[in-house]
Amino acid sequence: MLDWLHIAMPPAPALFGQLLIGLINGSFYAMLSLGLAVIFGLLNIINFAHGAQYMLGAFCAYLALNYAGIGYWPSLIVAPIVVGAFGIVLERFFIRWVYRLDHLYGLLLTFGMALVIQGIFRQQYGSAGQPYSIPDLLTGGQNLGFMFLPNYRAWVIVASSAFCFGTWFIIERTRLGAYLRAATENPALVQAFGINVPRMVTLTYGFGVGLAALAGVMAAPIYQVSPLMGSNLIIVVFAVVVIGGMGSILGAIVGGFALGVIEGLTKVFYPEASSTAIFVIMVIVLLVKPAGLFGRAS
Amino acid sequence: MKYRSLLAAGFAAVFGLATAAPAAHAAKDKVIIGVMNDMSSVYSYLGGMGSVVAARMAVHDFGGKVLGKPIEVIYADHQNKPDVGAAIARKWFDEDGVDAIVDLPTSSVAIAVQQVAKERGKVTLISNGGSSELTGKFCSPTGVHWTYDTYALAHVTGSAVVKQGGKTWFFITADYAFGHQLQDDTAAVVKAAGGKVVGAVNVPLNTADFSSYLLQAQQSKAQVIGLANAGGDTVNSIKQAAEFGIVKGGQRLAGLLVFIADVNAIGLQTAQGLMLTEAYYWDQNAQTRAFAKRFEAEFNGKVPTSGQAGVYGAVMHYLKAMAAAKTEDGVKVVEQMRKMPINDFMTHNGKIRIDGRVIRDMYLFQVKSPQESKYPYDYYKQLAVVPGNEAFRPLSESECPLVKH
Repeated sequence: MLDWLHIAMPPAPALFGQLLIGLINGSFYAMLSLGLAVIFGLLNIINFAHGAQYMLGAFCAYLALNYAGIGYWPSLIVAPIVVGAFGIVLERFFIRWVYRLDHLYGLLLTFGMALVIQGIFRQQYGSAGQPYSIPDLLTGGQNLGFMFLPNYRAWVIVASSAFCFGTWFIIERTRLGAYLRAATENPALVQAFGINVPRMVTLTYGFGVGLAALAGVMAAPIYQVSPLMGSNLIIVVFAVVVIGGMGSILGAIVGGFALGVIEGLTKVFYPEASSTAIFVIMVIVLLVKPAGLFGRAS
Repeated sequence: MKYRSLLAAGFAAVFGLATAAPAAHAAKDKVIIGVMNDMSSVYSYLGGMGSVVAARMAVHDFGGKVLGKPIEVIYADHQNKPDVGAAIARKWFDEDGVDAIVDLPTSSVAIAVQQVAKERGKVTLISNGGSSELTGKFCSPTGVHWTYDTYALAHVTGSAVVKQGGKTWFFITADYAFGHQLQDDTAAVVKAAGGKVVGAVNVPLNTADFSSYLLQAQQSKAQVIGLANAGGDTVNSIKQAAEFGIVKGGQRLAGLLVFIADVNAIGLQTAQGLMLTEAYYWDQNAQTRAFAKRFEAEFNGKVPTSGQAGVYGAVMHYLKAMAAAKTEDGVKVVEQMRKMPINDFMTHNGKIRIDGRVIRDMYLFQVKSPQESKYPYDYYKQLAVVPGNEAFRPLSESECPLVKH
């Protein structure tokens, strides 16, 4: 009955490999939850369309490659801009109307948008995946002794760490970030200083959406590009954000990496629970620290 | 309409006819075939609206009428949920007068719906559903399992790979009924051929990242990594196996359930060399190509999957049997179906056994390299034709209560 309790300790090198893989997956979680945290922290919107926007990023790369011959590297820049611009349109026409209402309205609105966007893509492309290959420059890998590390994964962890740090730095350490944070606290006062708060908020939403799209482009070569790719991931990412503390940039980043590692270890010791582990942790964190690990109790 | 049913209800109440037979049956003036499958989610590309198109093509080719009544094709989305599927089936049979339900991917739903149909003497024609238990423990006198099953996949792909020297296996298995069944069926084949299973890992359904499992597979040093999963899980595991240099490192992948849409999603560069078993590939011969061409014209230029092709064959055979049996009674029609050999563009001298299993040739394919592929969807090389009585589980091993041992 309790076979799974007889856990064989894998040899140390194998464990290193799993830890590294956990970090790599964690970097995806970090990047996605970062976008969510930025949007929630500064706009007070629970952006349930984040998964769909991540999917749009991947599809944007796929379409650019197949219809315009634009490869992976330019897509890293083009897709976030295109999808971010699309996010701005959504914000201007829909989302801004619910800022002053309860969180629930924003959640329902963005959830509805996600369903519509996914529905359109499913109608057009079906639920089967579309092919997208790893850029030539990053094929192959390095033998690290304890594991084979694909070059692409190495790139993912380096790039997403850089983006995470960059975003944290802008918001927590620059003047622009200070304006943003001030606008969240007291929009009327900040506006009185001559800062265009609505525009800043719109651009922030576009930025958060762009981060989702960027993660989508980075995911395209390794996960299947399909209309449903985001809906599978978004729930996990939400759990990460809740654990880190809603709206906390640092919490999203640290939470993303940490949960990637924990999930990775679950995959070795008790793989059947790997899709549940994060939620178990979420429950524990909510019981002990309801505002999340890095959240401020309101 | 409203008035008419009110009138009918009043009439029935007055004459005490209400409970015996639902009104739809009494006034049934057409034969209705219901296509039930995943229309909106992970498996919708295997059947989906394409299966509806295939069923309508069969009805059209049959002439649109049987026993003097027009034939109607309706459809519904079971959302891969057994309770939803069973509820639709009950409504279809009891209220809407549906005669047969076709397609039924997602084995758990297929099992539930087949049970509902069995209780009512109605017909199930399963094309995309995979579990070999549909004609085993859960078999039905009115259930026909048309296109493929897990036993055949395990048997054909598994024994071909062992024959080529793949003696030690590690399984990456989708953690639900279908995945476990596929792993067990394959492990039995491997062991019977003198091979060994060195490890297995159960992966939750709909996993995006397989790297951790692939690393475990790599470290097991098994010669073959058997993928007992389907759909997006298969695509992701094969894509990432290439990334982690599994095949370059000397290990081999065996995809136990791979459809042409999956190969398309993986891309030939990565999928090349993969061996897989299918009941139909569009580019096998003039007949299969002719069907594919017609299907493409009807369905946005998409090539038919084996499951969709199977829906056509199953509906056609069902209608022919109904015409020959001169009745709509499900039990009698299926009896007639068993008597008649199946011959169409994908099945040659096929037959239906007492347990409901269609015995047909299965084909072992290998995915072409990008250089070998000359035109869109030119993906497979045929390696072997495996006769039905070798591919499918022999009746002597069947757990089906209809089989007398």
